[in-house]
Amino acid sequence: MPIRVNDTEVPAPEDARVSLLDLLREHLHLTGTKKGCDQGACGACTVLLDGNRVLSCLTLAAQAEGREVRTIEGIAGAAGELHVLQRGFVEHDGLQCGYCTPGQICSAIAMAEELRRGDPSYVTPDIAAGPAAVTREEIRERMSGNLCRCGAHNGIVEAIEAMLAETAA
Amino acid sequence: MTKLQNAIIGGVRAVLGQVPASWLPGGTPDPLIDKRVALGGQQSRIDGPDKVRGAARFAAEVAMEDLLYAAFVHSTIARGRIADLDVSDAEAAPGVALVMTYRNAPRIGVPPPIGLTNLKAAGNHTLPILQDPEIHWNGQVVAVVLAETREQADHAASLVRVRYDAAPARTRFEEGKTSASMPESILVERNRLDKGNAGQKFAQAAVTIDGVYTTPWESHAPIEPHAATIAWRDGKLIVHDATQMIHATAGSFAKVFGLKAEDVHVSSPYVGGGFGAKALWDHQILGVAAAKLAGRPVRVALSRASMHRLIGGRTRTEQRVALAADADGKLTALLHHGYGVKPRHSVCDEGFSLTGRSLYACESFDIVQHNVELDLLANSFMRGPGETPGTFAIECAMDELAHALGMDPIELRRRNAATCDPVSGAPHSQSAMMEAYDLGAARIGWHRRAPRPCTRRDGEWWIGIGCATGTFPFTRMPGTSARITLDANGDAHVASAAQEMGMGTATVQRQHAADRLGLPLERVTVAIGDSRLPFASFAGGSSQTASLAAAISAASGKLAIQLMRLAGNDTPLAGLKPNEIEFAEGGLRSVEDPARHESFASILRRAGRGELSAIGESGAPLEVLKYSMHSTSAIFCELRVSEVTGEIRVDRLVGAFDCGRILNAKTAASQFKGGMIMGLGMALTEETLLDERTGRIMSTSLADYHVPVHLDVPDIDVLWTDIPDPRTPLGARGIGEIGTTGVAAAVANAVFNATGKRVRDLPLTLDKLF
Repeated sequence: MPIRVNDTEVPAPEDARVSLLDLLREHLHLTGTKKGCDQGACGACTVLLDGNRVLSCLTLAAQAEGREVRTIEGIAGAAGELHVLQRGFVEHDGLQCGYCTPGQICSAIAMAEELRRGDPSYVTPDIAAGPAAVTREEIRERMSGNLCRCGAHNGIVEAIEAMLAETAA
Repeated sequence: MTKLQNAIIGGVRAVLGQVPASWLPGGTPDPLIDKRVALGGQQSRIDGPDKVRGAARFAAEVAMEDLLYAAFVHSTIARGRIADLDVSDAEAAPGVALVMTYRNAPRIGVPPPIGLTNLKAAGNHTLPILQDPEIHWNGQVVAVVLAETREQADHAASLVRVRYDAAPARTRFEEGKTSASMPESILVERNRLDKGNAGQKFAQAAVTIDGVYTTPWESHAPIEPHAATIAWRDGKLIVHDATQMIHATAGSFAKVFGLKAEDVHVSSPYVGGGFGAKALWDHQILGVAAAKLAGRPVRVALSRASMHRLIGGRTRTEQRVALAADADGKLTALLHHGYGVKPRHSVCDEGFSLTGRSLYACESFDIVQHNVELDLLANSFMRGPGETPGTFAIECAMDELAHALGMDPIELRRRNAATCDPVSGAPHSQSAMMEAYDLGAARIGWHRRAPRPCTRRDGEWWIGIGCATGTFPFTRMPGTSARITLDANGDAHVASAAQEMGMGTATVQRQHAADRLGLPLERVTVAIGDSRLPFASFAGGSSQTASLAAAISAASGKLAIQLMRLAGNDTPLAGLKPNEIEFAEGGLRSVEDPARHESFASILRRAGRGELSAIGESGAPLEVLKYSMHSTSAIFCELRVSEVTGEIRVDRLVGAFDCGRILNAKTAASQFKGGMIMGLGMALTEETLLDERTGRIMSTSLADYHVPVHLDVPDIDVLWTDIPDPRTPLGARGIGEIGTTGVAAAVANAVFNATGKRVRDLPLTLDKLF
């Protein structure tokens, strides 16, 4: 079964060992998705699979058959205009080297949806009630799977806050 | 060599002490210190849009036809030789193009080591690479597999069988200390500074403290793994590398493979985090050799485990600091004795013993460091080398001394802040450490700090505030050059083989060139990241901005002279001398009479020229030998420590920096914060774990080597004095590394303030607290 990547159908690879990450980078040359550790520890390879964030290094390409993959190349608008979060990353300097950035952005977009659904996190005071308010602590906990070594954390959180404020308005 | 080096540097310093300041670089302060339009603003980084789209191209992302993928087999012993090597199964595995071992590898030279004299050298160690069966460290590459796909290469690598004859290896720190060596010098400073009879003063002092501080092996852990995409074409070498030393890498390839310099092309437009790690290590050399052997392009992309086997990190240190003071808190003796691991094949000095030489006035010093020579992967420079572990020891000791004196820690520093170089007596080019302390203390609310430890608590949490000084020396590299080209529209295009790994290199130099040439930002472009551009030194030692700024400034001076020549006599500028003109409004004008002006476009048009270019170079950095040129910072930390678990939560960090003028407030704030976050990791979690029985690194993944995550990083405030350094280009000193220094001490001092527990061993993990 083919895989839909950013609204385009691509065939699944013949070699069953190929990860979704290597399919994107090495077979499709969609190199915006980054390989940081290839072990599920850094989050740089985060993509959206049917709208949910997944680590594409720990996802076999075969697992994405018949499903919808959205990568950083599919986040901007049809005319190429930056997504509100992409704009926020530039404005708030939520990046330095830029290598963890696509993963941070994909992760945060899915995280916003998790917040909207009311999914609790480790720091949510009342797990049954879900997050009452979107605090910095909530954002930080939920983004902790995306490592940044340059130390752009403050700017990343500010960019996410700006996105949440803009989409809530 | 180092004895000779000591003599030369000592001699030059002595001579320059007598030379008038006006003869030296920076003798006349850079006019752009004050005349700033684009500089100093909040310019967003120009590569930001490409990076947030995922369109910035990194080394492992260059598409090539017929590409082979490399996988490495690493030695599992620390010392000995390969007795038996069976690659038959690997060679027969699907998709394998070849297996390269010492038996069939091309005969190549040893990379020239990084040093002070050869700007085209990048080697991090002095050992031959896959040329013989000898094993020098646990993790050294013993075979390279090339295959059609990464999956095939990884599988085939698992089929290589190696048997070793192991030899006794030195892998234990404590044992290595007993035979440690004492080098003649550390970087450019004489090793063992014995001045003013420190031992005797210590013995006679009113108040003393004496402690041993230890810092572990640490890893740079950039998020982009080391990678290179390599091709040989018609005897010429093309390497798309992830490197913070483009020309030095190209020069090293030329030397190792016996090529002409012009036959080596290294491209590295973006580097996904460097911190000292993105240098020349074995993987590039092996990739180039394997591509040559296979006659096909090769991609090398290291796994996290391979990174830990092949890329050296910050070395482990053990530092004794003993301080003595009179009853008023004036330092009378500073003793700093330490050990750091430096294998014999390593070329990087971890100069932790330099910190105490520059910060505080003191009557006497006894400072020496020893190299523990183990059979390990060569150590390397990591963000803020020397001063990062050095400030942990010195600044914790200062906190201990303040406590022993019953004195506020900031007051202790105020009483001892150096007003000139404490060792040589050389004047500071600019220094305002206490202004930084005042800024930071006001921001963190230092008055809320309880003078007595174990005073503030909130439920299970003990609360504390601590501070520490950070510092890093100014460096400007000679040889870095830049070309400015004016096009027919009068727009400027700057080019230099400088490096971008997140510092905002092109962003800031575009601001600089715009102000230098009197152009609006949108009429300036900056190209970097490619060895075909004019020579640039490495991005290291926090030197790149100053070096590039000097080069662009020099190029602009040459450009002005060329423009005046082209302008001839039919110009409003006719008759003016070079020192009577300045760049303004997209052209040149008279300093005296601004109405006399002609645009670049007009000058070029009249001369019938489509473009005009000039190359300028950063000259010998003699200013650093005449002046004491160090940046300083005051780092503050507020944290909580759980009485139940010993967990530390850092609630706030404040960094106040005295680094000359700030060139871009937005990117500078990010760089300072980034440095501080690396310091936070050093304080709390980071430790490369070495199995001392086997010399093998155990923490070879980002799941085992713990860098700060979002939830670990609080809101960070950064401030700066913004006082210009009159001896530097743009009045600025480098800011890339100082952020990391001082942070671990500030955290440890805050832990002491919270709990009364003094931990002298990093990282400050829970088990060490209660």
